[in-house]
Amino acid sequence: MSEVVVAGHDDHHDHGPDKGLARWLFTTNHKDIGTLYLWFSFLMFLIGGVLALVIRAELFQPGLQFVEPGFFNQMTTNHGLIMVFGAIMPGFVGLANWLVPMMVGAPDMALPRMNNLSFWILPFAFTLLISTLFMDAGGPNFGWTFYAPLSTTYAPETVTYFIFGVHMMGASSIMGSINIIATILNMRAPGMTLMKMPLFVWTWLITAYLLLAVMPVLAGAVTMMLFDIHFGTSFFNAAGGGDPVMFQHIFWFFGHPEVYIMILPAFGVVSQIIPTFSRKPLFGYDSMVYATASIAFLSFIVWAHHMFTVGMPLAGQLFFMYATMLIAIPTGVKVFNWVSTMWRGSMSFETPMLFAIAFVILFTIGGFSGLMLAITPADYQYHDTYFVVAHFHYVLVPGALFSIIAAVYYWLPKWCGRMYDESLGKLHFWLSFIGVNVTFFPQHFSGLAGMPRRIPDYALQFADFNMISSIGAFIFGFSQVFFLYIVIKTIRSGKPATDRVWEGAHGLEWTLPSPAPYHSFTHPPKVTDAEAHS
Amino acid sequence: MASPSDQSVYYIPHNGWYPVWIAFGVFMMLAGFGTWLNDVKAGEAATDWMSFAGLGILAVVLFFWFSKVIEENQQGLANEQLKRSYVWGMGWFIFSEVMFFFAFFGALFYARNFAVPWIGGEGDKAITGVLWPNFTAEWPVMSNPDNTLFPAPHESMAAPGITNWVSYLPFWNTVILLTSSVTVHFAHTAIKDKARGKLIAWLGLTILLGILFLTLQSYEYLHAYHELGLTLHSGIYGSTFFILTGFHGFHVTLGTFILLIQFLRSLKGHFAPKDCFGFEAASWYWHFVDVVWVCLFFFVYVM
Amino acid sequence: MARLVAGFVLALMAAGAGADELNMRRGVTEISNAVYDLHMYIFWICVVIGIVVFGAMFWAMIHHRRAAGAVAAKFHESTKLEIAWTLAPTLILVAIAWPATQVLVAMYDTGGEDLTIEVRGYQWKWQYKYLDDDYNSEVAYFSNLKTPQDEIHGRKEKGEYYLLDVDEPLRIPVNRKVRFLITAEDVIHSWWVPDFGFKRDAIPGIMNETWAIVPPDKAGIYRGQCTELCGKDHGFMPVVVNAMPEDEFDAWYAERLQQEEVRKEALSKTFTPEELMAQGEQVYGTYCASCHMPNGKGVPPVFPALDGSAIATGPREDHLNIVLNGKTGTAMQAFGKQLDAAQIAAVVHYERHSWSNNTDDVTQPRDVIEHMGQ
Ligand code: HEA
Ligand code: HEA
Ligand code: HEC
Ligand code: CUA
Ligand SMILES: [Cu+2]
Repeated sequence: MSEVVVAGHDDHHDHGPDKGLARWLFTTNHKDIGTLYLWFSFLMFLIGGVLALVIRAELFQPGLQFVEPGFFNQMTTNHGLIMVFGAIMPGFVGLANWLVPMMVGAPDMALPRMNNLSFWILPFAFTLLISTLFMDAGGPNFGWTFYAPLSTTYAPETVTYFIFGVHMMGASSIMGSINIIATILNMRAPGMTLMKMPLFVWTWLITAYLLLAVMPVLAGAVTMMLFDIHFGTSFFNAAGGGDPVMFQHIFWFFGHPEVYIMILPAFGVVSQIIPTFSRKPLFGYDSMVYATASIAFLSFIVWAHHMFTVGMPLAGQLFFMYATMLIAIPTGVKVFNWVSTMWRGSMSFETPMLFAIAFVILFTIGGFSGLMLAITPADYQYHDTYFVVAHFHYVLVPGALFSIIAAVYYWLPKWCGRMYDESLGKLHFWLSFIGVNVTFFPQHFSGLAGMPRRIPDYALQFADFNMISSIGAFIFGFSQVFFLYIVIKTIRSGKPATDRVWEGAHGLEWTLPSPAPYHSFTHPPKVTDAEAHS
Repeated sequence: MASPSDQSVYYIPHNGWYPVWIAFGVFMMLAGFGTWLNDVKAGEAATDWMSFAGLGILAVVLFFWFSKVIEENQQGLANEQLKRSYVWGMGWFIFSEVMFFFAFFGALFYARNFAVPWIGGEGDKAITGVLWPNFTAEWPVMSNPDNTLFPAPHESMAAPGITNWVSYLPFWNTVILLTSSVTVHFAHTAIKDKARGKLIAWLGLTILLGILFLTLQSYEYLHAYHELGLTLHSGIYGSTFFILTGFHGFHVTLGTFILLIQFLRSLKGHFAPKDCFGFEAASWYWHFVDVVWVCLFFFVYVM
Repeated sequence: MARLVAGFVLALMAAGAGADELNMRRGVTEISNAVYDLHMYIFWICVVIGIVVFGAMFWAMIHHRRAAGAVAAKFHESTKLEIAWTLAPTLILVAIAWPATQVLVAMYDTGGEDLTIEVRGYQWKWQYKYLDDDYNSEVAYFSNLKTPQDEIHGRKEKGEYYLLDVDEPLRIPVNRKVRFLITAEDVIHSWWVPDFGFKRDAIPGIMNETWAIVPPDKAGIYRGQCTELCGKDHGFMPVVVNAMPEDEFDAWYAERLQQEEVRKEALSKTFTPEELMAQGEQVYGTYCASCHMPNGKGVPPVFPALDGSAIATGPREDHLNIVLNGKTGTAMQAFGKQLDAAQIAAVVHYERHSWSNNTDDVTQPRDVIEHMGQ
């Protein structure tokens, strides 16, 4: 093994990547690792998406068509788990790996070997998880929220592998977050003060804290499940003085911050893109930072809004209702800031901007339904219906996922030095935009009309909306395969990109050549005002 | 090429085979352990080789990995900035461990203040008591809602009045761990004073105290199982008791092990006043384990 | 894009107009009406905010385009504006929280009931128990899905109340405050009647309470579903409530009390094998077929076949044992808690003489009672 100090003062000999498989297995380079994360995320997205298509195919019509109810539950559960832990989270970590060192002017991530470890745990963890689907007893079938005792006493034996899979994902996220925090706090170029950092960096810094605070709690929750299942404890069993509801409290103490883990980096991405294509600095940078921090703080005291129907005492219900409603305020600040950034700008609508604008609109619609869900008495009616499914897909698909897609279009030219095909990108956008709305908008209606979630078959009055939703899902799904085609085409044969790529782009990453060199900033760059927070 | 001792350069290892093997080892270990547990549950012959193989891989690779890092440090590759990264890394790792314990402490609080009273027919959800007419809420729970499924303990571990603490083992365990925090601190001072003999002595003492703690703790577990009827099966009191003390004990074991490595390193003369991160990290970890114990002593035994 | 968004707002408005498949049901109780009004109130607030925010955005997108010659301004903050748009939402939220709190407080007013019913969730059916003042059960029965498998598997046309029909609904009187005590036997379920304006989780070992008063002029059938994932047949455990005029309810209840007496007598009767088979087939169809399948083949390896099974053809003691006590840790429940000795006798007899099984014993209720006594 040749371990060499990579950067030298007067030495332009850049240590490039290894050849072949070893490059990917052993790499300590933030760009290679970022690439691995992004491809992994996309693969998981396709797998999770195929499971979603199984769900949508079964729900195309009333009656049981293709799958047994037990298998349907496995589909729902694994779709949720794979999308959350396999697609969205690694997607954002991939972006952080690529972008954070470039944005703060660092040579690489702070702890490169651990960075490699954080990634490589994931494929193993998901192998463990997904392999259960092929075992006799079947995979996890208790929902991605795995409420006890369905996930303990009544679970298939494969739940043990699921538990260890979650432990592994937790370890990966914790190491990843430590790395990101250390990089941001310790590796900034001189002059890159905290309040000059690009918002993407800020949102990731705060997200990393959230991860550090809640992933261990999730690990604790599954550990207690493991003990209830195999070692005779009674944490979640009232017969021994425990309480199934206690599981839910612990789970959602993790779970609610988790959903913000999936949206804060998205806020960061959008806050980079909108100023670029509005050709105007981001409006209200400081308040963006404070709003992000407030959202993160509030996310710790709202968890029980997922549990309004478990029968908490009145005071608890009221507290969690009020606290949840408060989140609308900092989130509103963000939305208003984005609109103000666009206001009196000089806007153009390239693909990343289209996705960013769709993000703002559709995320806000998802936020509105979130606010409705926060109203406890009304949530008694919405809870566990498709109204909730509609809510979270609006914040997750045209929210988190669109922001990742926008980021890929926005930074891909920097990563691979080639420009994507603008008209294909726009086509992809319109297909996705239409697909996503056709899929998820009708779910508001079926939910309000009373269709419960996690059911393989439904009463006749829900038939029309389900059919529309299923058609939309296939349109949306196939448009993402088209996205894969666009990305591959760009990498292979796109036109060479300029260094700055976008006329209105600001930030240190755009001062590097396209494609960005293997080691980002071997010398700390000078941070000028023009390249600071945009 | 920069010279290895150029302190203005942040050292980025070019690549490394360790991490991917660690990931593989963890995978083997956990997949194997899961199979093992499932076999036991199904009453079949246990397949245990896989988890041991995984553990073996993990141990060997970690050894190489840490040796490498230490070697690089000895070569002077690690500059101040890199060491700061280590400091941040260790600090936030400990924070994540705090949150891990937080989940278990949370379970204890919830069970004590909500679940048990409700099941016993008290408080906001007293109506639950209708389902368990024979259960009365008390803590420690000495009779479970369903004593056939979860046989209750005969006796709890709760602390006696403060005047009787002399004969109360957990109290002495507290004293031992607190002392060990002091001794590890003296070891640190010894490094600063470049007093290697003292360092070795204090560090050795710390490790012995750690081992003593673990021995007494095992003794206490045997006592709980054999004489008090307090087991993992004995309802929520036993569940919270063992998960909290058990995970703490696991962390002490790990901490002792890490200190042992630092001990071996001090024998080799690795540490200097300005270059002793490995030792410092180990001692932070030790202090953390100590603080957790103090909380445990207070919330699990005394209150 | 503008047109699309406008389309949404229109669709939302259509929802607002209250078409049945599009919007929440108003329901029948005072509470459900209050909830509906609250829902519409928040909904319209969101629509208005949406129009303002998206309106500003589209205005900018149309007028401040580079293609339209717009030149970018330079401003990037305004403390006044930022304070304003922190305060405005705060006020709006207060305006929402106020009525929401009132409705919630009203919902928590559980005292003063005229009748208490325990609702207990099982995998995958509901049990209703009418309780006396000491929480003892006076009348109890199960409510199972009635939709035939043929409809579910598309071999027969689906009926009007597909998946929303049960063999025996919960009956309650109108105009009286009915208090529901909700719990579960195995996993968490959730009891939801949209027209009553609430759902409440049924949690094993924990009791929840809630209540409803159906107004006197609203007698009728109300349908809902289990809304917490509870395993394989979560989608197949509807809730059906028959709210009856008071006198009809009282008459029905008196009759049920009578039947209880008759049922107790059956426990000491001796049945002919034919009677046992007929009764057993019925019990099997309602309680066992969902897992062991009507043809007794089960769904191996999860649900074992009974046709030819060692237990169903071996010693009767073992057979009675697993049916009465179930097997902890599997989906096989303790049916001793759900069925009476006569029903157990019938279903065990049926299983031992159906498909290829053919033992030479006859199982009578007293055999079951004897077994339970051991
Ligand atoms: C990215 C993920 C994400 C995000 C960002 C959110 C954001 C929000 N969510 Fe959501 N949520 C989920 C993912 C997410 N959620 C998931 C996955 C579930 C289901 C889990 C499961 O059960 O499987 C869920 C479920 C869920 C529930 C439980 C529903 C139930 O099961 O009964 C609730 C209840 O309060 C809720 C509320 C909210 C609120 C108030 C917000 C707020 O943050 C939204 C704030 C935004 C706005 C309000 C819009 C912009 C603001 C303005 C323009 C300002 C002015 C506005 C007003 C004054 C109204 N969510
Ligand atoms: C985190 C992000 C995320 C994302 C991106 C999605 C994406 C999608 N989700 Fe969902 N979903 C969740 C998170 C997410 N989901 C969660 C957390 C739940 C709750 C789970 C639970 O209840 O426990 C849920 C539940 C859920 C349900 C409810 C299931 C139920 O209650 O029973 C439905 C139903 O329509 C659904 C649909 C979809 C669809 C159609 C998509 C589409 O966006 C998917 C797009 C499709 C593709 C991307 C497929 C592309 C591939 C091909 C076309 C084939 C090509 C194949 C190869 C090349 C191999 N999801
Ligand atoms: C929710 C699903 C479910 C229902 C409903 C159910 N069973 Fe079972 N049954 C099971 C499972 C699972 C087993 C296997 C238990 C084990 O692992 O030994 C089983 C096992 C059995 C066996 C032993 C079979 C063998 O050879 O091991 C008998 C007999 C039996 N059930 C009878 C009944 C009767 C009678 C009913 C209805 C009154 C019924 N079951 C309803 C799930 C169910
Ligand atoms: Cu019972 Cu879902
Ligand atoms: Cu939430």
